[in-house]
Amino acid sequence: MKPLEVINPSTVQEASQLAQSNGTPTNLIAGGTDLLDEIKEGVVRPDKLVNLVSLTEMQGINVKPSGLDIGAGTTLAELASHSDIIRDYAALAQAAESVATPQIRNVGTLGGNLCQRPRCWYYRSISFLCRKKGGTTCFAALGENKYHAILGGSDCVIVHPSDLAVALISLDASITLSSAASTRTMPVEKFFAGPDVNIMAENVLTPGEIVTSVSIPALPANSKSIYLKAKERQGMDFATSSVAVALTLAGDVVSSARVTIGGVAPIPWRATAAESVLVGKAVGNVDLKEVGEAAVHRAKALEHNGYKIRLTSGLASRAVETLLSQWR
Amino acid sequence: MVGVRSHVTLNVNQAPLDIEIDHRWTLLHVLRDELGLTGAKRGCDRGECGACTVLLDGKPICSCQMLAMQVGDRQVTTIESLGDSSNLNPIQQAFLDKDGGQCGFCTPGFLLSTKALLDSNANPSEWDIRNGLAGNLCRCNAYGRIIESVKEAARLIAEG
Repeated sequence: MKPLEVINPSTVQEASQLAQSNGTPTNLIAGGTDLLDEIKEGVVRPDKLVNLVSLTEMQGINVKPSGLDIGAGTTLAELASHSDIIRDYAALAQAAESVATPQIRNVGTLGGNLCQRPRCWYYRSISFLCRKKGGTTCFAALGENKYHAILGGSDCVIVHPSDLAVALISLDASITLSSAASTRTMPVEKFFAGPDVNIMAENVLTPGEIVTSVSIPALPANSKSIYLKAKERQGMDFATSSVAVALTLAGDVVSSARVTIGGVAPIPWRATAAESVLVGKAVGNVDLKEVGEAAVHRAKALEHNGYKIRLTSGLASRAVETLLSQWR
Repeated sequence: MVGVRSHVTLNVNQAPLDIEIDHRWTLLHVLRDELGLTGAKRGCDRGECGACTVLLDGKPICSCQMLAMQVGDRQVTTIESLGDSSNLNPIQQAFLDKDGGQCGFCTPGFLLSTKALLDSNANPSEWDIRNGLAGNLCRCNAYGRIIESVKEAARLIAEG
């Protein structure tokens, strides 16, 4: 590892100013469980790290009648064990609990989970100058692509690795980004950007901008949510596919549905076709196979990841089935 | 290459230690190579195997995947504080009694994950144990006996 300097700012404002680097390679670091990997591999080579861990203004979970405000520095373990989140925002608690290992969840943060970089082995290796690192080739498109995209990939076929993002989009959450100059809030869905927007990044953060908090509106009455994740190992693994579903019933009829799938596209993917299949249906008339097929609408396999289409379809069916069974 | 260095105070095993560190050093590097606390092991060095597990404010973390500069005033607990051969901690005794170690490389990490688990859940189910130890790998594959050791540790602690 080449020499670097760790700076401990005392405010978000100061952190933002420090992160605007002016030519010095600088990274923000929170839990660091992802970034240190990249630094050790030499994929990221910062001269400066701006440490966000000690910023108290990014800590804490605030439960209000109108919803939740969660500081970006909140750890995954805190999210997974918070009784209000487990009861009222189940998909988020389940997503947080599904990440990696206890050791990682005790350190990894909400903000860091949303900003983590892709797991693509070509991206993570210094031996491959892929498009995400300024090269001209996506090695995965025609190479080893077992874990790569079935939706939304073209110039770069990474999948976004965040579990929390998938749950948060189904929970209609918004995210706040702060810089020294300004603050803006947007739906979590709009925070992520595919390779067609900026191939070098997976989100819309500008230099010096910091994810400071996430807010989730209280779910309407008679709503439930769920997060299901398929992975090859029970511990320490990323999703081969994941699904978050939030449903609201009016009487016996699905009045609102949000379905998001993860591990399948360069951004967390809103499965609007599956939502359309669900909304307006009486619970007894929901065709689970139709929901599953709609969830992978327009999905297209690469050479080695065809399994993901059936896996995601089945997972979406199972998520809806499990959620509906909770009303019985 | 000489790196940027700072004087910091680290709280390790209840003692404040003043030390000069290079900013790129991980907590694991400082523990092993600067403080001589070699119980935490460098296995994968990527936060995957858990051999480097220490407790930070009582919770297990991978010390290989945290910069020492980020530790701040939080309390670091290493395996060296648990007990020694003349005064074994009940968790150590249980791992001995139930043969929960084989080559021993992963054992300090398993003991500390067990301590954190039992501190928060005195009577864990088998699933709680598997989940609580999910961040520790044993390449000798002694998992069955490790789980028995954790159950035995819970029993020994309950007996007092």
